[in-house]
Amino acid sequence: MSRKERNLWILGGIGIVVYALFPVAWIVSLSLKAPADIANQQFLPTTLSWTNYELILTGSASDLFLPALRNSFGICLIATAISCVLAMFAAYAIARLDFPGKKVILSTALGVAIFPVISIVTPLFNLWRQIGLYDTWPGLIIPYLSLTLPISIWTLSAFFREIPWEMEQAAQVDGATSWQAFRKVIVPLAAPGVFTTAIIAFFIAWNDFVYGISLTSTEASRPVPAALGLFSGASQFEAPNGPIAAAAVIVTIPVVVLVLLFQRRIVAGLTNGAVKG
Amino acid sequence: MSTTTLPPGEKTRPASAPGRRAGISDRSRAERKLGWMLAGPAFAVMLLVTAYPILQAVYDSLFDFRLTDPDNKSFTGLSNYGVILTDRIWWTSLGVTLLITVVTVAVELVLGFALALVMMKALSAIRPVIRAAILIPYAVITVVSAFAWQYAFSLDSGFVNSWLGWLPGISADTDWFGGTWKSLFVVCIAEIWKTTPFISLLLLAGLAQVPEVLQEAAKVDGATWWQRMRRVTIPNMKAAIMVALLFRSLDAFRVFDSIFIMTGGANNTETVSFLAYRQTIARLEIGLGSAVSVLLFVCVVLICALFIKGFKVDLASARGEG
Repeated sequence: MSRKERNLWILGGIGIVVYALFPVAWIVSLSLKAPADIANQQFLPTTLSWTNYELILTGSASDLFLPALRNSFGICLIATAISCVLAMFAAYAIARLDFPGKKVILSTALGVAIFPVISIVTPLFNLWRQIGLYDTWPGLIIPYLSLTLPISIWTLSAFFREIPWEMEQAAQVDGATSWQAFRKVIVPLAAPGVFTTAIIAFFIAWNDFVYGISLTSTEASRPVPAALGLFSGASQFEAPNGPIAAAAVIVTIPVVVLVLLFQRRIVAGLTNGAVKG
Repeated sequence: MSTTTLPPGEKTRPASAPGRRAGISDRSRAERKLGWMLAGPAFAVMLLVTAYPILQAVYDSLFDFRLTDPDNKSFTGLSNYGVILTDRIWWTSLGVTLLITVVTVAVELVLGFALALVMMKALSAIRPVIRAAILIPYAVITVVSAFAWQYAFSLDSGFVNSWLGWLPGISADTDWFGGTWKSLFVVCIAEIWKTTPFISLLLLAGLAQVPEVLQEAAKVDGATWWQRMRRVTIPNMKAAIMVALLFRSLDAFRVFDSIFIMTGGANNTETVSFLAYRQTIARLEIGLGSAVSVLLFVCVVLICALFIKGFKVDLASARGEG
């Protein structure tokens, strides 16, 4: 590769980094602006201020934001855990056993993944009100499975297909009991795939807005994206831009940390399930 | 034409498959049973959270039913559909949705391809940095991305007008959310920023599968970069491109979050999903809302059918049946 060509690709790489980080940098910058600075129409604040963070973490908006944060974490973690366990069994069957339902299950997962979420919301809204699941944690966890389960099944099946399962028998031949063979051989091989799947499923649940805004009404179960969407400022005379930006930064931190720590695996997980020739 | 299911491509079964079913031994019967025992719960949950609601929606859509007035629920047959399909609001929202879908997916395909090429060629030293950077838009919540772009363009807090004031047509008081086209422009930018990384990662995986030998051979034969791209690279990753297109089109067609946050459906920027939401949750018109939901579902199935029949997308590769 010539020097000129190399520099061109490096420039392209820098372009990608700027592209990806620019809006994130902007929302961080906005969240650090003092109330008087919000409308200065500049990218950067003139003075750094923690006012917005104080407002949502300890101030008057904290009773809106903190319960939402707790709900989001709780609901997303539970939904992720359930779908990972269910998907683990299903993916094991798909990758290792030969049975006629395989195709049906994978096609169903595909169908559910492309299903328009709003079409599920309408009937659930009515049903949840009748059976008392409206505005509760289970009332969100159940529909979240429609988001997390299909992608978990796909991603995990793709991972499980690449595990050298013969090693289990090899360990047994070497004198391991079947439990030992499972725990010492299969679990370490399968764990990275399960873990990656859990991260991707968590991202999808964390991102949900439609269910969150339609199936909740109070802080009892309202997740962060919905709370952000409905947040209207400390008083009606104050634009909510600053506090919303601060809240947006806080909910972005967990996903950015996950991305930085596990980027290689996430890319493998995202592409494995989708493109396999 | 049957359009409700996603027929899997039959031709991709591995050659060893036929003949296995000749005589079912006890062992394979046991395997079958175990298979369904393990995969059954996941299968049942998937059906429960989608098949049941859509059937309920079909049923509800046949009634004139408003939650605030439950005593007057009455069977009206297909009249809800008649109301919707003869209303300008439906066709406007369908048009807006299709416009957003086509524009974003087209731009994302080109941009995503460029990003994938850069990632492919990037030196291994900086590859992790680029990979982490590109995952960030994917991982950022759609609502957050919508707010970021809205505030960037907004009149009171945005910097876009002061930065781009030198462009013709943009001045300090350009109200980006004051008209249909300008609002949709900003919505599309937000959507494109957020979802291009996903497309580019799929395309990158596709690029990696193009045999290096073919590239070398074309190079030896004196093909230019552009010729190699058109004759070698793109034909060899057609499957990856089509799968990426299908997923993104269906995803873009459901656009809701950005519209809710950025415009609230003002200035004729309502999309089909937003219309369904507004009928059901805001106006409590369960009957009408269900009918819109069913129509949205039908649209998604039609898009799927178009891709599978029209563009011959091979879904076996999408399901990871390697």
